[in-house]
Amino acid sequence: MSTAHVLLGLLAGGPRHGYDLKRAHDERLPQAKPLAYGQVYSTLGRLERDGFVAQSGQEQEGGPERTSYSLTALGRERLDAWLTEVEPPAPHVTSALFSKVVVALLAADADRARQYLTAQRAAHMTRMRELTVAKSSPGTTVGDVIAADYAIGHLDADLRWLQTTLARVADLQKEVTA
Amino acid sequence: MSAPLLTATGVHKNYGNTQALRGVDFAIEAGEIVAVTGPSGCGKSTLLHCLAGLLSVDAGEIRYRDQDIGLFSEAARSRLRRSDFGVLFQFGQLVPELTAAENVALPLLLSGSGRKGAREAALGWLDRFGVADLADKRPGAVSGGQQQRVAVARAMVTEPKVVFADEPTGALDQLNGEQVLGAMVRVAREQGTAVVLVTHEATIAAYADREISLRDGAVDPTGLGVAP
Repeated sequence: MSTAHVLLGLLAGGPRHGYDLKRAHDERLPQAKPLAYGQVYSTLGRLERDGFVAQSGQEQEGGPERTSYSLTALGRERLDAWLTEVEPPAPHVTSALFSKVVVALLAADADRARQYLTAQRAAHMTRMRELTVAKSSPGTTVGDVIAADYAIGHLDADLRWLQTTLARVADLQKEVTA
Repeated sequence: MSAPLLTATGVHKNYGNTQALRGVDFAIEAGEIVAVTGPSGCGKSTLLHCLAGLLSVDAGEIRYRDQDIGLFSEAARSRLRRSDFGVLFQFGQLVPELTAAENVALPLLLSGSGRKGAREAALGWLDRFGVADLADKRPGAVSGGQQQRVAVARAMVTEPKVVFADEPTGALDQLNGEQVLGAMVRVAREQGTAVVLVTHEATIAAYADREISLRDGAVDPTGLGVAP
């Protein structure tokens, strides 16, 4: 995910200053890593240099002076293009899970790989239960539920993979050790 | 820790020459929600039917509140199922000629409750599952998700100690399934009802406090459900 595009999106509703953008980012995307102020200002600097945002005023309300930024026509075009582009359906083939299975076969044997797969499944199920409890708790926002659904969906995909991989460990061992 | 509410010890069940269960041990505490998972044909539905007293076991025993239900007469088992157990299947369990309220009231009427009290209780339970406005509709006139909410209300109307749910969301799309199950788990926790939840979906099993997995009629400690 690109922070620059998220900032462009947050500016689509009207001018905002850096502090306000950070706060809106962290509130709307609570599962993402909170933005550092430095990152907000350096990103705004780059967006301004490229003509996607422009300074639109100074604000001072009892605190330090703050520069507000607004989206330019070019910035709006860029944002629209980003929202239109699909993300590459990531194959995730470089997953640490897959690497561990192969390394377990190289360094030890099929039983070691099966032990790892079993332990990994238990850890995935525990996390899935935690997320399910969290999203079913009273007072949970729709945003929290959707974020949890995303994580649960990915864990579920991993679990299916763990299951089919266990069935293929013996064949993989022949291939890896051939 | 208190004694488990319901246990299975060394349970075997055969269908002709097919061994459906081969020495399964299982225990559930009062108020606990346990998922029974595993691939198709692993024996999980058979285990649920044995636990609920719907099938008798060929060897081993099922104990409810420390009583061997295999020693009960059919009439006593039937009474137990009406008073202490609730069952919920994938679909097709509502009587099509009866309204939602009549379907939910049915277990109470069979247990000897009066008509008025049974209807009032049924309306209360429909309300807890968010379908009170469908009370006078027949199953055919409501959606699959709504039918399943009515079925959950019917399984819980007698305030059972254990609900046996066999793939209860299997016929629903993901969002509807999740809403039905979320409501069932919430109410079960409020009531302190234990739930045995049979499912092959990890996302559904994640609603439970813990899971046991079966493979080829036996407990599978790997939980991966496939032969290594």
